[in-house]
Amino acid sequence: MQQLSYFELIGFGPNGWGNALLIATGMTLAVALCGFIAGAVIGTLVAWAKLSSSIVARSLADGYTTVLRGIPDLLVIYLFYFGGSAALGAIGSLFGAEGFIGMPAFVTGAIAIGIVSGAYQAEVFRGAFQVVSRGELEAARSVGMHRWLMFRRVVAPQVLRYAIPGLGNTWQLILKESALISVTGLVELLRQSHIAAGSTRRPFDFYLTAAILYLLITWVSTTLFQRAETYSMRGIRRAS
Amino acid sequence: MDFEFMQETFLRLLSGVPLTLNLAFTSVAFGAVLAMLIALMRMSGVRVLEAFAKGYVFVFRGSPLLVQIFLIYYGLGQFRPTLQEWGLWSFFREPYWCAILALTLNTGAYASEIFRGGLQAVPAQQVEAARACGMSGFLLFRRITFPIALRQALPAYGSELILMVKATSLASIITMMEITGIAAKLISQTFRAVEVFIVAGAIYLILNFIITRLIMALEWWLSPHLRHPPVPKASVEAVHV
Repeated sequence: MQQLSYFELIGFGPNGWGNALLIATGMTLAVALCGFIAGAVIGTLVAWAKLSSSIVARSLADGYTTVLRGIPDLLVIYLFYFGGSAALGAIGSLFGAEGFIGMPAFVTGAIAIGIVSGAYQAEVFRGAFQVVSRGELEAARSVGMHRWLMFRRVVAPQVLRYAIPGLGNTWQLILKESALISVTGLVELLRQSHIAAGSTRRPFDFYLTAAILYLLITWVSTTLFQRAETYSMRGIRRAS
Repeated sequence: MDFEFMQETFLRLLSGVPLTLNLAFTSVAFGAVLAMLIALMRMSGVRVLEAFAKGYVFVFRGSPLLVQIFLIYYGLGQFRPTLQEWGLWSFFREPYWCAILALTLNTGAYASEIFRGGLQAVPAQQVEAARACGMSGFLLFRRITFPIALRQALPAYGSELILMVKATSLASIITMMEITGIAAKLISQTFRAVEVFIVAGAIYLILNFIITRLIMALEWWLSPHLRHPPVPKASVEAVHV
């Protein structure tokens, strides 16, 4: 058999894996985005707990961020993949189903990424909240804003503004972490490269392509986050 | 919660600790040298070297570590005949050395930025003062620049160490039986994900806690000038009299 050239291999021709790789890239983005959103929700709640006056809430939140930032992400993914399947199996057996019920890989991935990145995002939000001037909060309270209204009108817009650089870092982390989801069998970029490498025996070409695609995503998202930062800071005068 | 099972798991997982630490410290040691080189290149002022350092950092920080590991471990297998010819195959055949290489290249990129930050934080006046005293070149680096930069970089480097301990878990995917590798095997054998997770997580937390404490102790030891001067003993005794 004649060796295919690199571009035939990853291209969109009859022997090319281009389509599969593109779809897999989309999957990587989808799982990362879902994880990012889940992490933002968790992060907001945990940041709220960290800033609350209740000692119980504070120590629970501190415990959460310490643990999740101190153990490998891969371990968390294993927990949700195997643990989730076991839990589903237990629920299934209640309803008379038998045997192993696999946790959907996409859900596992999104939850695992959300739980891990929630710990990082909580710190980002907490730091950003502390930048919001106390005077503004007092002013909001003095004009009679209620908690939710104050959150929506005063806290959230400012926290988001100051959180953008930190969120950008977290997004990069998530993007790289999403490669670990391949161990659960979800066909994202790395898994697809693995499959293609196995069937064509050209592992170097495919992993190199995967690396290039990851770098491309990283590069584009860095630019986007920088734009968002400039845009959100348009009304702020910086010292110096 | 089955404590007997957890105890057994703990002992099984403990046997993976040496490999985890081995992977982390070997790659951190090589990585520190690499990082120093990259940081010096980045600050050299020579455009080619700077571009290389920038590109290196971008590539290794921008792509997932697992992809780098696969690229080295599986990917280089594609060039097996060439590698065999060069006598390098025995190196790239071993998952251990592939993991070390990937981790080293990775931490080299991250740590080079930390070192660069530390080196750039050295106050220009201090360097000027040293030059005025007649120091230059390596002596200046050894006596003034390096100690100040080290102190600046240490906290960030501590977090890098923690990240590296966590990163060694990826070596389990290329068959290295360190803590996560053993944990994954135990989970798939017993299907008791929660218990194994708790024990393995606790081991990682303990390791990372010890490392943080060591770094803090090192920071304390390196910054005597920032500590309050010890209370003279004589005055304490005087109270007793």
